[in-house]
Amino acid sequence: MPYTLKVNGETRTVDVEPDTPLLWVLRDELGFKGVKFGCGVAACGACTVHMDGAATRTCVYPVEAAEDIEITTIEGLSDEGMFTDVQQAWIDEQVPQCGYCQSGMVMAVSALLDENPAPTDEDINDAISNVCRCGSYPRIKKAIKKVISERGAA
Amino acid sequence: MAEGKKKLTRRKFLLGTGAVVGGGLVLGYAALPNQMKDIAAKHKGEGQILSGWIKITPDNKITVIVPHAEMGQGTHTALPMMAAEELDADWDLVSMEEAPGLPEFANQPLGEGFIVGDSMPDILAPLINKAFYSIAQAMDLQITGGSTSVRFTGQYGMRIAGAAAREMLVRAAAKEWGVARSDLTTGKSFVHHKASGRSASYGSLAEAASAFDPNPTPTLKPKAAHTIVGTRTIKRFDIPGKVNGTAKYGIDAEVDGMLYASIARVPVHGGAITSLDDAAALAMPGVKKVCNLGYAYAVVADKYWRAKKALEAVDIKFEAGGNELIDSDAIFARFNKDLGELELEYDIDEGDVEAAEGKLIEADYSVPYLAHACMEPMNATAWMRDGKLDVWTGTQAPLMARAAAAKAAGLEPENVTIHNHMLGGGFGRRIHAENDYVAPAVEIAKMVGEPVKTIWTREEDMRFDEYRPAVVSRFAAKLGDDGKPTAWKNRFSDKREPVEAPLIPYGVENQSIGFVRSQSHIKLGPWRSVDHSQHAFFTESFVDELAHEAGADPLAYRLSMLADKPRHANVLKTAAEKGGWYAGVKDGRAMGVAVHESFGSIVAHAAEVSIGSDGMPKVHKVTCAVDCGEAINPDNIESQIESAIIYGMTGAFFGEITVDGGQVVEGNFPEYEMVRLADVPEIEVFIIESGEKMGGIGEPGLPPTAPAITNAVFALTGQRVRQLPLKNYDFTASA
Repeated sequence: MPYTLKVNGETRTVDVEPDTPLLWVLRDELGFKGVKFGCGVAACGACTVHMDGAATRTCVYPVEAAEDIEITTIEGLSDEGMFTDVQQAWIDEQVPQCGYCQSGMVMAVSALLDENPAPTDEDINDAISNVCRCGSYPRIKKAIKKVISERGAA
Repeated sequence: MAEGKKKLTRRKFLLGTGAVVGGGLVLGYAALPNQMKDIAAKHKGEGQILSGWIKITPDNKITVIVPHAEMGQGTHTALPMMAAEELDADWDLVSMEEAPGLPEFANQPLGEGFIVGDSMPDILAPLINKAFYSIAQAMDLQITGGSTSVRFTGQYGMRIAGAAAREMLVRAAAKEWGVARSDLTTGKSFVHHKASGRSASYGSLAEAASAFDPNPTPTLKPKAAHTIVGTRTIKRFDIPGKVNGTAKYGIDAEVDGMLYASIARVPVHGGAITSLDDAAALAMPGVKKVCNLGYAYAVVADKYWRAKKALEAVDIKFEAGGNELIDSDAIFARFNKDLGELELEYDIDEGDVEAAEGKLIEADYSVPYLAHACMEPMNATAWMRDGKLDVWTGTQAPLMARAAAAKAAGLEPENVTIHNHMLGGGFGRRIHAENDYVAPAVEIAKMVGEPVKTIWTREEDMRFDEYRPAVVSRFAAKLGDDGKPTAWKNRFSDKREPVEAPLIPYGVENQSIGFVRSQSHIKLGPWRSVDHSQHAFFTESFVDELAHEAGADPLAYRLSMLADKPRHANVLKTAAEKGGWYAGVKDGRAMGVAVHESFGSIVAHAAEVSIGSDGMPKVHKVTCAVDCGEAINPDNIESQIESAIIYGMTGAFFGEITVDGGQVVEGNFPEYEMVRLADVPEIEVFIIESGEKMGGIGEPGLPPTAPAITNAVFALTGQRVRQLPLKNYDFTASA
């Protein structure tokens, strides 16, 4: 079945079964390999993208429900060679280790901070349930605080 | 205790024996000068290879070749730092490349084949240090594991390579300018002659420098002169690509015309397929082939999702030789039975624990199997054609992967190329002693004759891991009148690596530590810190029990038995003191301590814990002191310690792989839970540079984590946690 998707500002058409998870469409049909497969049951968040701005786990999201939604992947978050303040904070705080979960982390945190510019620790804990097996969480917390403080100062 | 009386058993070279790699590097290096001259002569004008691991090009750029995989532990940056420091390089002009999976990198700082884009010419073979080359080939080394990269490859390879290269550059400048070497200085990738004001870049000198023999014993910089190593200004090379999605992992490999496979093993471990019905699967869209591997089956299709769905339509029957009757209770019952019946082997047996006098204290401990749960599920892409095989994957041991791929394909290893990628988690899973992901992917690709990417589902990854062993460990100690143990007796149900994991640092006169070899049908593998992960929990919990029995402060009790172990005493005191042991903690909280040496580093944690309203322990803070001898990249050391603590917490709180009907029950994160952001304590790390021999850093933070927490739980609740994980307990009464 052909589906028309709006990904990173471009309109793309794919021909796949309706139940195909958006994850595999983004990765293998459209080449956005930054979107990662981690669990297949929306339990880890490695596959998080923005759908109309909301952090969404794509490994269980059928492509048939993804039409007419603005999809942003990690590749579309910033222009090539540029970093958003969240990404820059990730570099400054040297957050990633193996890095496999970090596309999803960056997407989840970016969506949170766009929606709530001054989240409390509790807000952050509730919103960011992505799994990082390397345990980069202490640095994720630091990086989030850094962005909050910088945006507040701007 | 007398060293000569220790009965350490060395059974396998695997992890924890990286010294062989180190030894190989040292000697391999010593054998190098002639080869390098030869190689340099052959490849003029292509950028000069100075002392094996360092490439300097005329534009003054320096590339350091790193023979280890990056899995988040920072080795791709720490090793170039060590080379660049001794080289007096301008860090801004330094980059790195990962060495390919070639034997040349197994033991020798010899990267010419990679650098000039060709395999090693036969003519050079006689020049190689044959002995170490053979050992490395036979053992398929080039492993990233055992926390070895910095302390062996870095210490004995990178530093010497950097210093030797610097010497060669200075000699080249001295010759060209007709001045004494002693009148020259170096800095930021330039050689300077102060008297004449002349300067030359390393890049301009590299070709002339390559004519000199590298000095195998160059003078290394004193620590005080370091400007790269030990600083906090260096950012890891691999991080930018990991925040914008461009880092390439094995699962991201792309080959033109590639097909996708989804694989399932026979659900009962050790089972074999007796019949397979693929009719329904073959009728599904995009399906190209159904492969019967005997121990597993796979569907190959043009799209991954099609392969995965069709896999569910394959019907198999299998035979498992009785394994289908085994469950976790039976496994532990067998461990306990074997522990009483099988012949013991000893790690240490000195004095007479039976004859020693004192109050007898006994306790039995156990831990379950644990999965690695790397975030990137196992995967490999393979393409076999024209008698050659290419494999794209992420591996901690490219040569082992190559050997396994060659065997699966029926090819000689030299016809196999491993394209290694970033690892989405390693933790020992991707050392694959049994090679359970590269080999199946190769078998599938061979059957299909086209490039195929095989991707494990999370469930397959978790249910067919090579697990951290489940182990039973029994203790009996005797306490003398002063409350100190006169005897320490420990018996446990299985042993792997490293041999010293069950040893205690405490001065106890009579010690007997012995084990049997009791296993089930569940496959085992190295899991972050390997045997240290369970033994630190056992020994540091039991010594805590002894302190309690003696009515002593657990910290003071330990310290009183560490007179001969000043480094242990120092980290323990530091962690406890900085964590607030003496100052005291808030009401409703308690602190537990633990100390353990592994991979050459000594780590102590002080964990501050309370019991939440849910009846589960809540860890508020972990204060860590680590003595790793010397700190190369302090920020990364902290990062690795944080990581190891959290990995250890996941094991302590949630980690439990159970077996039912011969099958692993837990298949995904909801059942095999992970520590998440909300569970993470404040972590403070104190690095102690004792100046002793450098230790590893990727693993040593893990072992003391669980006992520090469970000792705090005991202090809070009076309940001794002798079996992990904590999720199986309910401390509501103490909340």
